[in-house]
This record gives sequence, structure tokens and C-alpha cells, in this order.
Amino acid sequence: MAEQSFDLVVVGGGPGGYVAAIRAAQLGMKTAIVERENLGGICLNWGCIPTKALLRTSEINHLLQHVQDYGFAPVTPIFDIEKIVKRSRAVAKQLSSGVAFLMRKHKITVFDGTAKLAGKQTLAVEKDGKPVATLTSAHIILATGARARELPGMEADGKLIWTYRHAMVPPAMPKSLLVIGSGAIGIEFASFYLNLGVKVTVVEVLPRILPVEDEEISTFAHKAFVKQGMTILAGAAVKGVKKAADRVTVTVEADGKSQDITVDRVISAVGIVGNVEGIGLEGTAVKVDRTHVVIDEFCRTGEPGVYAIGDLAGPPWLAHKAMHEGVICVEKIAGLNDVHPMNVGNIPGCTYCRPQIASVGMTEARAKEAGHEVKVGRFPFIGNGKAIAMGETEGLVKTVFDAKTGELLGAHMIGAEVTEMIQGYTIARTLEATEAELMHTVFPHPTISETMHEAVLDAYGQALHI
Amino acid sequence: MATNILMPALSPTMTEGTLTRWLKKEGETIKAGDVIAEIETDKATMEVEAVDEGVLGRILVRDGTEGVKVNEPIAVLVGAGEAVPAAAAPTPKAVPTPAPVPTAAAAPVAEVRPANGHAAGEERIFASPLARRMAAQTGIDLSALKGSGPNGRIVRADIEAAQKGAPAPIQAPAAAARPPVPAAAISAPHRLVPHSSMRKIIARRLTEAKSSIPHFYISMDIEIDALIALQNQLNAKSPARDQPGSYFITINDLVIRAAGATLRRIPEVNASWTDDGMVFYDDVDISVAVAIPDGLITPIVRRADQKGLLTISREMRDLATRARAGKLKPEEFQGGGFSISNMGMFGVNEFSAIINPPQAAILAVATGAKKPVVKNDALAIATVMTCTISVDHRVVDGALGARWLREFKTIVEDPLSLML
Repeated sequence: MAEQSFDLVVVGGGPGGYVAAIRAAQLGMKTAIVERENLGGICLNWGCIPTKALLRTSEINHLLQHVQDYGFAPVTPIFDIEKIVKRSRAVAKQLSSGVAFLMRKHKITVFDGTAKLAGKQTLAVEKDGKPVATLTSAHIILATGARARELPGMEADGKLIWTYRHAMVPPAMPKSLLVIGSGAIGIEFASFYLNLGVKVTVVEVLPRILPVEDEEISTFAHKAFVKQGMTILAGAAVKGVKKAADRVTVTVEADGKSQDITVDRVISAVGIVGNVEGIGLEGTAVKVDRTHVVIDEFCRTGEPGVYAIGDLAGPPWLAHKAMHEGVICVEKIAGLNDVHPMNVGNIPGCTYCRPQIASVGMTEARAKEAGHEVKVGRFPFIGNGKAIAMGETEGLVKTVFDAKTGELLGAHMIGAEVTEMIQGYTIARTLEATEAELMHTVFPHPTISETMHEAVLDAYGQALHI
Repeated sequence: MATNILMPALSPTMTEGTLTRWLKKEGETIKAGDVIAEIETDKATMEVEAVDEGVLGRILVRDGTEGVKVNEPIAVLVGAGEAVPAAAAPTPKAVPTPAPVPTAAAAPVAEVRPANGHAAGEERIFASPLARRMAAQTGIDLSALKGSGPNGRIVRADIEAAQKGAPAPIQAPAAAARPPVPAAAISAPHRLVPHSSMRKIIARRLTEAKSSIPHFYISMDIEIDALIALQNQLNAKSPARDQPGSYFITINDLVIRAAGATLRRIPEVNASWTDDGMVFYDDVDISVAVAIPDGLITPIVRRADQKGLLTISREMRDLATRARAGKLKPEEFQGGGFSISNMGMFGVNEFSAIINPPQAAILAVATGAKKPVVKNDALAIATVMTCTISVDHRVVDGALGARWLREFKTIVEDPLSLML
């Protein structure tokens, strides 16, 4: 069995892990990465990327159903779910191969298997229960990610009850679907299936869907989804699931009233838990809190030389957060001078439903709770020339400023392409811009991004096109 | 066309100064290169030359105005026969150039001048827009903060830390934390003399030094009969007074030379404490305190370890003369790695001095006087000069300080070793 030594080893080849490995290699470290399945991890193989491929299909389906609005004769689109899934898998495969190429390019040794801590600065790598290698390394970054949380009694079976992973590769289109949980994952699948003609019901235990978003955005999304034909049960708890041969009956209780909903399939999207098991944390100084490894601002655990990044290290469970943690963790290890902790308030969140949702910073309610006196600006897409020309008038941008300092506390967007635009506000927050700099920024005309400018102006009573 | 004459930055760190007096009157014709005004900065008075020609149409800032911000219009220059506007012209132009020929330190001032005249020579502070606004709202001086953002940029967190009184500021004067002493609180009959720029600087720097540097003091009696003998021998070789090439070497010149040699032998004292690490200076640059009419100033004898006595003597004489006239250039008194304060001429027995930050040590030299000393178990008479070194304990420990002073004593008592 090979015993090899490295400067840095990353356990887990997801977006956090492989980015950390590349940065380490760039900084001249002899680097290895251990991945049990596919490079790119969940994000690239079973998350962000393949779902975007699916959502593109549902978006095209939506456009095809409205071609007459743009001067075409009406068409009746016919899709093949097998081909849709195949395209999505091909996209994932292409990107995973891309990551493998990046590993070779940076001379990063890739181990196929699982790894666990086995003493100071040591990792034991196994494949299918057989030892593959023993790695010694002064620095070990744990990036084993997370998996879907399962509600007791509603465990996914892959047949009637799905997690995101099953929902991504449906063998056939269900006619009806019930989604438990209305976070980003639940809403994206609900939107995908809804746009392909499936009857979709979303159940959310909290009083509103997309509970982390600003309430106005949640409400806007709620109305848009209902208009598209979605059934939404908010403030509702799932009390029981009864499986039949090819049907599931879900008992949902809301406002003290109970109802049975029978659907073809159920998607459980009730959060995620960290993959903290089987990586040798027992007997180390690594602390685990509610399935997540506890880290400091530079991703250090309590155990010297052991670091954790990404989903394993806690929310927000976002690939871009994992990547950034990977970079600052490695740069700190390398002793670079200008390394700064990540500001969680500057991590944007995106939900790729139709209409899209994107936000950064505090919601209006959160800002008030935190004691800020706020100035709030809003601008609807209906006042934007490009949005009207595109036929995408359903949307809203909302800004929240500190009334005293002019700090952009938060920005909240819903509508076409907002996930591509939120970075503008994220840069503003990172640079600590105030309303003055945002007002002085020249936005190109005609673009949907002008709504961002207007929403800033509106907070100070200066919006032009409303 | 009317153009503004702006308050010039006479050093890279200057943000404001006192317009001491105008040398031209309203209506006078000015040629490029004419000295038009005198400006007093931290420690020096400098002449301001005109860069453009024209007629001094209107003086906007009167003689003796304090706290004139760099780039503030101070006068309006008009063409001959042109009407004089009542206020500053809208376009800032014609920044006067400082009279002393800009050297390395002043060069950037000259470079940026033609561009658009803004922020000439002012040290750029990197701070986020939010941090700037919060600082303005809470009255925090950005220049006193150390930024924690990328490349030391000042960000919101630094302002918040400063508001809480956390240790973010590195050079905020300790005095700022103390209740100010308003003149109104003094009821005894008195007259109130406004502080000069220099008095404010002395107050700030010495308060900061004495309250933030852990001083300790080491004294030694040094016999200087041999030094005096050497001084007499050297001066005897000078051409007669007022003849070309004449010179007079003082005890102070010899002390500077001896301190320079000692610092080269024990370079650990030629250092500064910083939060990031110990700074050890490559060159031996000695600041020498010179009393001037309304304060004191410490012009620098650069590379004192490498210069001959004659060079040191002439430089010191020139620096002291110009210091008393307030004509030193900023780079002539800013910097240095070690200081000497000599009060021998006042008959002082012994004293200890306050460290000149960011330096780590200052040597206080008292008067040389004949005293009884014990030599070979017998009483004898020697000329004894008590020297006291004040040391920053963060930089120099007791043993090192003592070693330095012993080495200095050895050199002074055997001055011929300076020839080696």
C-alpha cells in the first residue's frame, strides 16, 4: 500500500474541495484530493449544474408555449423526458471531465476513494472497504459536503418519495407532484416540473415560501407561482405519508385542519445535513454542532492542521460560499498577508425558478430587527424598457439602505435574469459603497439592470421612471 | 482669465498649514518664480513661489490664518487689466510650487500639480465610501486609523472599532482620549496665546511618546579631557576666522560623531518598534535637537557614522542656522533613527530626555565640568560630562542599553579611536 506525503490534502472533490486544491497548487503546495464518486461533487454532478440544464428546458418549454406573443404561429411543444435528463447528465459529465483536466493541469494527485483521519497529519484512503493509500500531510481540508435531510417516516425510496437526486433523473414524468419544503431546492424542482405541465403542490411549514428571502419577494413569488398553476400550502405540516403501488397520499395539516393530498410522487426538500460520519473525527479536537463542523473565520477546526469548508462547515449551503472558503483557507495556510475572513452578509443567494430570485444582505425585516433605521427603494420590471421589449415584465427590485450611513444593507430581486445581476449589488456591498456611489454609477440602457439603479434612486425619492 | 492660487502641500503628509504672511499685495504684478507668500507647516516656514504670471487680483486668505487646508484657494490671479472676481474662480488651477527646489520627497507634489490640482501631495487614504461617511458623521480622523481591509483599506469595521475605542488606531494621539483642558477653566488672570503649529506638534508628539513608550534611563559619567584636547588640536589647525576654509569643531560635533560610531557598532539601538515587527535602520541618521525661538526642532545628520568631523560640523552649523530661521525642508527634520539632546551649554548637571518617536532612544548630554574623581586610588580632577540615554524598553533591554552607553563612553574617553 502506498504511503505518500503531501503539503495539503483535500477530502472531497466538490466545488469547495477542488477550488481549494487548485489554489493550493497555484501557491506551490504539493496537493492531493480524495473523491469517492465524481469530481465536482454534488454541485456539479447532482446539484447546481444539472438542475440548470433541466430548468433551461422548462424555460424553453414556457417560451414555446408563448411563441405567438412574439409573432410566431402557435406550436404545441412535445418533449421527451428521457432526452431532457440525458442532456442534463451530459452537461454534468462535461463539467466533471473539466475538473479532472484542471486537476491534471495543476498536478494535483487525485485519489479515488474515501478518506478518514487516522492520527496526526494522516489520512487513510479506502475504496470499497479496501485500503488504497496512507497519506501524510501537514494540512488536511475536510470538504465532504452534505446530503438531503430526511424526515422520519418520509425517507426517500427513490420510487415514490424522491430527494433532489432522484428528482433530477425521473424515469418518467409524474402527473402530479408534492414538494415538501420551499427553500431554493424545493422551489427549483417545483418550478421545473410545473413548467413542464405537472400539477405541483408545495408544502412549507413556515408561514411563507422562500422563508429566507425578503417577505415582499416571497409574496411576489407566491403570486407568480399560483398564477402559473402551483398550489401552495404555507404554514402547513406534513403529518403522514401513505404509499400505494404508484401513488402517495400525504396528510397535510394547516390552520388546525387536516387534508389528504394524493400525488404520483413526493420530493422531500427539507434541508441538508453535513457528512460528518466516517471521516475519523472521533477522538480529535474537531467539534461538530448539529451535523456541521465548527470552524473559525479561516476555516480552522479545533484540531491543528485540520480545516473544514463548504456545506460540511455549515450554512449557507452554497457552492460559491464553499469555493471562497476554500480559497481563504488555503491562502491563510500559505501565510499570505492580505487574507480576509468572508463576510457572510456579502454572499448572494440565487433561486433559479421562473421568475428567478436573487438577494444579498439583510431583508428589510432583518435590518429593522438589527436596529437600523432604513430607507427602502422598489422598482418593478414593468417600468423598464428592456423588460417590456423582452416580454419579461414580471419582476421587482427592492433595496434596503441604512438611513443614517447610506450603507446598502440588502438587495432583493425577482424577475428575469436577476441571478446574473445580483453581483452588481454584491460588489457594492463588498466595496462598502453607499447610495451615492450607486447613484453615480452609469447603468447601460436599455438593460434590465436599470431596475437596480432605479431601486436605489427610489429609496431616496429620486426614481425616474415611475 | 482669473485662476485660483491654491494652498500648496509642502510635504507629502501636510494637510493644512498657517499662511504666515503675504509678500505681495493685491494689485501687484507677479512673475513666475516670484516668492508670493510664506507658509508655516508642522515645523518649517516655507516660501511659496508663483507658477503663473499675472496680477494678484484678490487675497482670499489673510496673513496669519491658521488651519488653511491644502488646495484651498488662497488668492485669485488675474490677467493685466482684467476685472477681479469677488470670490474664488470656479476652476482650480495654478497651484503654487513650494520655493525650496523639490527633492525626492517633494517630487510627487510637482508631478501631480499640472494634472488637475486636486489632492496635490496629500497622502491618499484608502477607505471605503461607507467608512468615509461614518468617519465624517462620528468625527473620526481616518488618518489616525489602520485599515483592516484588503491592502490596509479602512472599512466599516475599523470605524466601528474606533468608535468603541478598540485598539484600531495606531497613531491616534493618546492625548485625544484625555479630557481637553479648556482655557476657560483657568480663572487666574492670564493672557491666552494661540498655539503655533509647532507647539501643537510638540505637544502631540511628546504626549504620545511619554504616554505610549515604556521609557527607562541609564546614566554614565564620561570623562572628556581627551575629547577637549582633541577638539583644541583640531581647531588649532583651522585657518584664521573669516578666512576661507575656517572651521570650529564643537564638543557637540564630536558627540554626534561618537554616537554615530557607537550606533554602527551596536546597531540594535538604531531601531523602531512597530506592531508588525522590529524595524532596524540601514543608515545611521541622527536627529539633533536644536532650540529655536518658539520651540525646538530636530534636524538630521544623515549617515553620521560615515562622515568626517568637518562635514558633520559644517552640516550641523548650517542645519541649526536654518532651523532657527524656520527654513528647514521637511526631509531635513523628518526621519532619523536616534536623537541627541545636548544641554551642556546651559550648565545642566544631568537630565533625561523624552524619546522622539518612532525612534527607540535619545541621548541626553549634560555639561562638562571639572569634578573630583578617583584614579589609581587617589583623588584626581577630571572634566566629567554626565550622559543619560532614554530607551524604549520594547526595543532595547537594560543590558543592551548599558552596553551601548559603555561603548559610547569608551569612544569619547579615547577619541583617537574615532580616527580608526
